[in-house]
Amino acid sequence: MQATCVDVIETLAPCLTAGGLDPGIAQFLSILIGVALVGLFPLVLVILLIWLERKIAARVQDRWGPNRVGPFGLFQNLADAVKLIIKEDITPAGADRLIYNLAPIVAVLSTILIWAAVPFSPVHIGADLGIGLLYFVAVSSIGTLSVMMAGWASNNKYALLGSFRVVAQLVSYEIPLVLALLVPVLLTGSMGMQDLVRAQQGMWFIVPGFVSAVIFYISNLAETGRAPFDMIEAESELVAGYNIEYSGMKFGLFMANEFMHAFTANLLFSVIFLGGWSGPLANQVPVLGFVWLMVKTFIVYIPSLILRATIPRVRIDQMMSFNWKFLVPIAIVNVIMIAFLLQIIKAIGWLPEPGNTNFFAHVPMAIILLVGNLALIAAVVTMLRNAGRRERQAEPVPASDDERAIVAVH
Amino acid sequence: MLELNVQTIAFLIFAILSLGGALGVVTSRNLIHGALYLIVSLFGGAGFFVLLSAPFIAVVQVLVYIGAIAILIIFAVMLTRSMTGMRELFNRQWWLSAIVGILLFLLLAIAVILPVWGANGSKPNLPVADQVATTQDLGVALVDGNQYVLPFEVASLLLTGAMIGAIVIARDTED
Repeated sequence: MQATCVDVIETLAPCLTAGGLDPGIAQFLSILIGVALVGLFPLVLVILLIWLERKIAARVQDRWGPNRVGPFGLFQNLADAVKLIIKEDITPAGADRLIYNLAPIVAVLSTILIWAAVPFSPVHIGADLGIGLLYFVAVSSIGTLSVMMAGWASNNKYALLGSFRVVAQLVSYEIPLVLALLVPVLLTGSMGMQDLVRAQQGMWFIVPGFVSAVIFYISNLAETGRAPFDMIEAESELVAGYNIEYSGMKFGLFMANEFMHAFTANLLFSVIFLGGWSGPLANQVPVLGFVWLMVKTFIVYIPSLILRATIPRVRIDQMMSFNWKFLVPIAIVNVIMIAFLLQIIKAIGWLPEPGNTNFFAHVPMAIILLVGNLALIAAVVTMLRNAGRRERQAEPVPASDDERAIVAVH
Repeated sequence: MLELNVQTIAFLIFAILSLGGALGVVTSRNLIHGALYLIVSLFGGAGFFVLLSAPFIAVVQVLVYIGAIAILIIFAVMLTRSMTGMRELFNRQWWLSAIVGILLFLLLAIAVILPVWGANGSKPNLPVADQVATTQDLGVALVDGNQYVLPFEVASLLLTGAMIGAIVIARDTED
């Protein structure tokens, strides 16, 4: 922590000390304010996110969306939140009270804890852990636990079935997610979030790690239960899913968590692959870094909303085989390929030294890695085309409805 | 001796979490509750690793033990519905597990007590390690020919074997 007071936003604690406060108390106050801000910001943001999602979904479906309460219907979600709070809080008979009440809290916790390790600007980060990326993976695995707790404690067979499917989905898609994260770690040589952003000041990792960025984006959609992978709320098959018995604000917490989690996932995408806070003047004016980060996040977040409103839900067996037979093998080959190419680049001597912010110093390495990525994509597309051709030539026997039902159950 | 600072308080909290969780595991009649208590206990263990400035191991503890193994245990328990309604605390092998538990406790106690009060004399000021190892050190140690490359490879071979075995068992015989 710098000892001199520059301005209130960058160095709060020294400024408070300069104002005549005890250094210990100043430190404590600045940390307290930081924790409160980081903890409350996603909760406030979620109101805007739900409004945005409803507006965009409405436009895709040729409707207006919320437009009665407040300007552009901005206060519709506040009204909905009030409705959720004053609703009767029902606990189903035979429910496991403690676990039932704990589950929504654990769910929200697992998302907000991620924000503690997100670098908002060159100087603003909750905790710059040396293992930031691994921390993100570990914390989001707690979210799986909350689904399990909610599904079991509700004492409802549909909720239990729904939670089984969701947990199978979340656990499966964690594997390509982590494998995709290995590529930025290889490129940075560190798992710290700030190191990751600083290493991208020359060039964003989406260029040298294009395939892993795509894999990360897809598995993030599945991890947050969005778009074609929204098995979490398969209302046509399982009434609702694991949160069927929840009502009032407890359901509200689950819903808010879903939106928050989706936004957090895109926030991490822009930190890991789009350079985080790095942008013009971000090093001089740290607050600008936060603006850049938010702009980048919304640029990747809004397509996911349009995607959600456009694409139909996939079947559970399709989703599982897409993960295990498509994403995971590609992710493994991708990691091996990038590691191999990086060693070659190191041997040639084209590896830019860490901390080099010059764009052109990164170009030779990025070109080699991008060519590797494109080769991988070409190989995958060729294999898919051949597989499709074989399938067409094999004269498929039309499966009877019963058989298809059995497959769907598995 | 024992001064009351933030670290001590944190240690006490983690100790209560891990010991209380462990007690809950063995005393709860509901297996799901037992599994959740196990998670509390493992969480306390992760806290100890943070206090020992080993954040990597702490996070791996959360990721592997809570995020994977505990979820797997809960999954297995839930799928076998008859096990959630168990009313007995002991089964016929309680004496065997009691012996194993006591032996393990004695072994750990000796391993902890001996270096501090044993033949090498009491060195209360002895640091736990001369240097705090980083994640990079750990990674190098696992692939360095002079260090742990052989155990690491043997372990990964074992895991691969276990995975293939699981696939073979789970596979439909009709295919």
